[in-house]
Amino acid sequence: MSGLLFAEQCLNGLQFGLMLFLLAAGLTLVFGIMDLINLAHGSLYMLGAYLAATLTQATDSFLSGVALALCATALIGMLLELTVLRHLYRRDHLSQVLATFALILIANEATRAIWGVQPLSFNVPAALSGSVQLLPGLSYSAFRLAIIAVGLLVAALLYLLIGRTRIGMLVRAGASNRAMATAMGTNIQRLFTALFGVGAALCALAGAMLGPLLAVQVGMGENILILAFVVVVIGGIGSVRGAFVGALLVGVVDTFGRAFVPLTLRQFLPPALADAAGPSLAAISIYILMILVLLWKPQGLFPSRA
Amino acid sequence: MTMPAQYSRWFAYWPLALLAAALLLPQLLGWFGFDFYVSFATRIMIMALLASSLNLLVGTGGMVSLGHAAFFGAGAYTVAILAREWGGTPAESALLSWPLAMLVGALLAAFIGAICLRTKGVYFIMSTLAFAQMLFYVFLSLKSYGGDDGMSLTKRSTLPGIDLGADVVFYYVVLALFAVALLLLGRLDRARFGKVLRGIKDNELRMESLGFAVFRFKLVAFILAGAMAGLAGALMGNLNNFVSPNMMHWEQSGVVLVMVILGGLGRLWGGLAGAAALLLLEEILPNFLPHWQILLGVILLAVVFFAPRGLAGIFRA
Repeated sequence: MSGLLFAEQCLNGLQFGLMLFLLAAGLTLVFGIMDLINLAHGSLYMLGAYLAATLTQATDSFLSGVALALCATALIGMLLELTVLRHLYRRDHLSQVLATFALILIANEATRAIWGVQPLSFNVPAALSGSVQLLPGLSYSAFRLAIIAVGLLVAALLYLLIGRTRIGMLVRAGASNRAMATAMGTNIQRLFTALFGVGAALCALAGAMLGPLLAVQVGMGENILILAFVVVVIGGIGSVRGAFVGALLVGVVDTFGRAFVPLTLRQFLPPALADAAGPSLAAISIYILMILVLLWKPQGLFPSRA
Repeated sequence: MTMPAQYSRWFAYWPLALLAAALLLPQLLGWFGFDFYVSFATRIMIMALLASSLNLLVGTGGMVSLGHAAFFGAGAYTVAILAREWGGTPAESALLSWPLAMLVGALLAAFIGAICLRTKGVYFIMSTLAFAQMLFYVFLSLKSYGGDDGMSLTKRSTLPGIDLGADVVFYYVVLALFAVALLLLGRLDRARFGKVLRGIKDNELRMESLGFAVFRFKLVAFILAGAMAGLAGALMGNLNNFVSPNMMHWEQSGVVLVMVILGGLGRLWGGLAGAAALLLLEEILPNFLPHWQILLGVILLAVVFFAPRGLAGIFRA
């Protein structure tokens, strides 16, 4: 395999991994701190993508469209927390599964009612539609580079927020021992609502950035939700640092699997068979990665609970 | 729900009344010209069989599996592949292919269970999901068996002296199998095995300290549920004359889990209640509302908040 192809796939893996991180960061905090299995997390990602596509068209600017979509999705997320999810924290995981499954149904159908059944067209902004010459012979999509930049920026901001601020301290306290954090006087209720808003905004950001690359359609949330859960479990529930490492691992393994497994299989299988088996083996590789990590570290890479 | 003693004595016979109603259903549907619904009723019972087998794991044993569709799909593909490869031979016989589907489900469950049951909680959920998804992708890539298009069967399995191709006959066969499965699950629940499983669900460490082979009990339950799900898959493949990888996708596992929670965790009739409620709502609501899934979601939310023990729990306080 050529070095340039390898470099390009590394960038693709990094880009996909960073977007997975945006999804997994919110999911792992909600899971770790509120002990809530939120299947509707993927719905916020879908809503974010739809809102970003619509608002971009309405304002005629990608930047303002995404910014407005972020705010709107954060509001929806906080509203969801205040009305429904708040009442689920004390319930068992299975009730949470049923309730958030119901939320998926509602969100999907509402989306169909508002936007119709056809996938929405969401184009890469004109300013970023070209490609950038990174190395001689290696040009890379400007938009994908922008995604990497945004992902790294958000990761850095989250690192500072959680590691260096008072709010972050409360979040970490909540993740490692919720009862003790409450006993020490933390207003958990308000913290949870705010946290949910941040998680929803991160979902919307991922949806807005991935929307032009993937299809903006109903059901997009469920496809990526499972990957986000895999990332959370690999990284360790409640750990944002774990989600970052896990997301990059999953992003790179998935991308490499898709790119190189069919090529490798072609060496000793008929091309048609190799092309059919390749994507499946790539998808399987993520689950194998998860099981290997869990065999090695049953609590994930960075267990946050004491 | 409490009721006067003379009523509750009669109330105890309602399973028999339900069985009688189920026996008469094809006749009634025929009179009203709703023959199409015979297959629909068959589908409800097959899904109820699948949900009941999962309920043994989740409700009785506390093992929340999100990969139960793997055994369902494996059972269906067993029947389909036997028919494809050895059509016209005894392999087409339900007497051979359905028990084989159960065996495949059981063996797969033994393998997956032996690994996943070493984990707990969310890690158990995710590892069962992982194995089911791997199987899903394997069948997705098997172009010789249809790949993602799935695979059609030319006809249903054969039984000596009985024509399973007739929808009403197939209905009665499924009804008989489902009734036997429920009887078996009921006996199991009252037996020592069921009591130990419930004990493990409540407090695994305590049962371990009392000297029970916790892992072995859980594994046996997992294998039993896998075999039952394999049978459900064989029946579903027969009903539709079609199998596809989507039968083992995680969303299928999720829907069955939703049926179990909706119907009533750890309750004998929970699987049937949940499968019937969800499938009936999906059948009826679209006739009245264009965006019926919103209402379905609201109904499910209402169950979570107002009937925390599920539908089967409403009638037993």
